[in-house]
Amino acid sequence: MIFEVFRQERKGQPFQHAGTVTAPDERFAEIYAREQYGRRQESVALWLVPREAVSQISEFPDEFEMKYRRVDGYSIKARLREAREKAGTLETAPGAEE
Amino acid sequence: MSERTDLLLAIADDELVLGWRNSEWTGIAPFLEEDVAFSSIAQNEIGHARALYELAAAELGTTADELAFDRKPEEYRCAPLVELRRLEWARTIARHWLYETADEIRLETLMASADPALAGLAAKMDREEAYHRMHAEMWVDRLLGTEEGRMRLHEAVDELWPYALGVLDDALRPELVRRAAERLGRDLPDVEPVPRGVHEAELADLWEEMTMVRRSAPSGAQW
Repeated sequence: MIFEVFRQERKGQPFQHAGTVTAPDERFAEIYAREQYGRRQESVALWLVPREAVSQISEFPDEFEMKYRRVDGYSIKARLREAREKAGTLETAPGAEE
Repeated sequence: MSERTDLLLAIADDELVLGWRNSEWTGIAPFLEEDVAFSSIAQNEIGHARALYELAAAELGTTADELAFDRKPEEYRCAPLVELRRLEWARTIARHWLYETADEIRLETLMASADPALAGLAAKMDREEAYHRMHAEMWVDRLLGTEEGRMRLHEAVDELWPYALGVLDDALRPELVRRAAERLGRDLPDVEPVPRGVHEAELADLWEEMTMVRRSAPSGAQW
């Protein structure tokens, strides 16, 4: 069995994917994960998740390129330039030499 | 030498030599995860040895390194069980489990000791040994789970049993007999223990390798 291992470095922090362990069952996996991801005191807690328990989705159609829904939807750079030109501060703005 | 240092050295030598033997699997254990885990357990044992040597060294006015590496092979007090070189997995697991079972009994008495330094160190060691025992027990269950595994484990345990009996003194030995029989669900061979104090031929080779680097440097070298 393959287990995905998530590691918490300090209390309160999010668990982050650390790697995997391959083991015959959960009991072996716990011992192996402890040694591989915890023996140097690099973790305060580990999550072990059997790989088959992970649901993966990977299709995200965007047929109409609805950019405005993306977090990086608008390029602020062009609009900023425009605004600075209008205000006459283009030359003194940070990154003006570019 | 006091009874206390005698005891400390016996346990320290057990842990050092077993740690060394177990580390012989590093790089060639049955699979990668086991390689990492078993090597880590071996390192823990050597860490325990160091702490025990330090306690003994304070009493003897020497250092842990001198106790670990500057004695002659015949001066070591380890039980012959840990000296055996058995690079075969069923025997390695059988020895690991037998040793951990015996060691647990020994630690229980040390933790109850009136000597605070000894009792404290035993408790610290026991917190790590708990995971060694989990590792040994899961392997025993795994081997008992199939016909071939069961056969190989029983064969290995029977071969090592007289050596396992030699880890503990007369007072603690019956408890090992009881726990091993209960765990395996059968009686173990009624044999004489291979006692501490005699050494297996393999110890000399291990000592050569273990002390080689230290002997190669002039005495008083700083590491």
